[in-house]
Amino acid sequence: MKKYRVLIGKPGLDGHDRGAKFIARALRDAGFEVIYTGIRRTPDEIAAAAIHEDVAAVGLSSMSGGHVRLFPAVVDALSRAGASDIPVLGGGIIPAEDVPAMIEAGIRQIFTPGTKVETIIAAFTEACAQQHGQRE
Amino acid sequence: MNIPHLLQQLHGGEARGVARAISLVEDQLPGAEQLLAGLDRQRIEKVLILGLTGPPGAGKSTLTGELVGVLRRQDIRVGIIAIDPSSPISGGALLGDRIRMMQHALDPDVVIRSMATRGRLGGLCGSAGAAARIMAASGCRVVILETVGIGQSEMDIVRLADLTALVLAPGFGDDIQAMKAGILEVADLLVVNKADQAGARRLQLDMGTVFSDPGDREDRICATVASEGAGIETLMERIFFFEQLYRQDGRLQERRRRSFTLETLDWATEMVKARLQEKMKTPRFECVEPRQAALELVRGLVNEKVNYKKI
Repeated sequence: MKKYRVLIGKPGLDGHDRGAKFIARALRDAGFEVIYTGIRRTPDEIAAAAIHEDVAAVGLSSMSGGHVRLFPAVVDALSRAGASDIPVLGGGIIPAEDVPAMIEAGIRQIFTPGTKVETIIAAFTEACAQQHGQRE
Repeated sequence: MNIPHLLQQLHGGEARGVARAISLVEDQLPGAEQLLAGLDRQRIEKVLILGLTGPPGAGKSTLTGELVGVLRRQDIRVGIIAIDPSSPISGGALLGDRIRMMQHALDPDVVIRSMATRGRLGGLCGSAGAAARIMAASGCRVVILETVGIGQSEMDIVRLADLTALVLAPGFGDDIQAMKAGILEVADLLVVNKADQAGARRLQLDMGTVFSDPGDREDRICATVASEGAGIETLMERIFFFEQLYRQDGRLQERRRRSFTLETLDWATEMVKARLQEKMKTPRFECVEPRQAALELVRGLVNEKVNYKKI
């Protein structure tokens, strides 16, 4: 199997990292190489780390409502850094009514509480495969 | 992959070019040889590859972050390769060394790359060496190779370095005992980190016996408190001092030659292993014992016409 590298990060001041760590471990157990940036990162820091580590996808977690501004900000930061080809996926406490706006802002997929971990892994696998397909 | 373009990007210090180039080599994709052959040899000549090793929890990542701070204040571009083990079960890895270096995340002259061991027989050492040279070619004057110095493959990575610092902390008694046979023999510098904690002085004295030459023993042992940034500048000075010394007395050149051999063997092992695995898919031999089967396998490999395109 091809080795996919992904980044899991938490933008903003939200310190609730159980979800992010759970997903990071689940992805590792599914054979991914997971770069974990820890809590309280700025969108620019996440984008820079994603580029340096040459990841195929970025996963963001938010539990405190910050997603509305911060998830699109990461998409923006990647785009400004010339890496709009790296897909961003998000999860956490995201109200259903926020999801369309997130997708509109360029987040590839949003996972709300109760999503099966298999679904999340499959989504990352697909996003990574697609990103690798785009590489020359 | 457009290799000349990638080379141009990485020689210009562009983060994406450097990152892509490392992936190309790590994933053993076509064009890797061409890319590596095109790297700026003068920059590779000048770089210091510093190995930083020690037991988990000794403070390697924090120390690396602080050393990077000292180097950046001197306007020196620096690369970091942080190596962590892959899970032998899933093949995945959780790479978290960046967490302790995030203060440099937005600095374009700090290149950080996490690398998983990928449970390979070979290839890791070769990938890490190549990544260090790619970073050097991108303008890094210092490349830090950070890894846990336990186990054979990690030991090999340590041997890639021009200079190796072993990071220890008080309270690791048995771990250090276990490391003695291997890593202590190749360490050029000993860093007693968390030097504000009980037992640090004793550790420092204990470790003094590691270096056979009493003349420069004192210079080779440094006390630091990485979390507070204490002792870091002195450590960096010592590192540069020994680099200078090793360049003058030829030790550095000798180590580069040794690491060339090491990396070559590593790549070759990886390539042969891939061929063997392919041959194993169609077992044509009727052997009851693995050793016998292996002998037949190798005989078959030696006799076969090698398709270089395939490897």
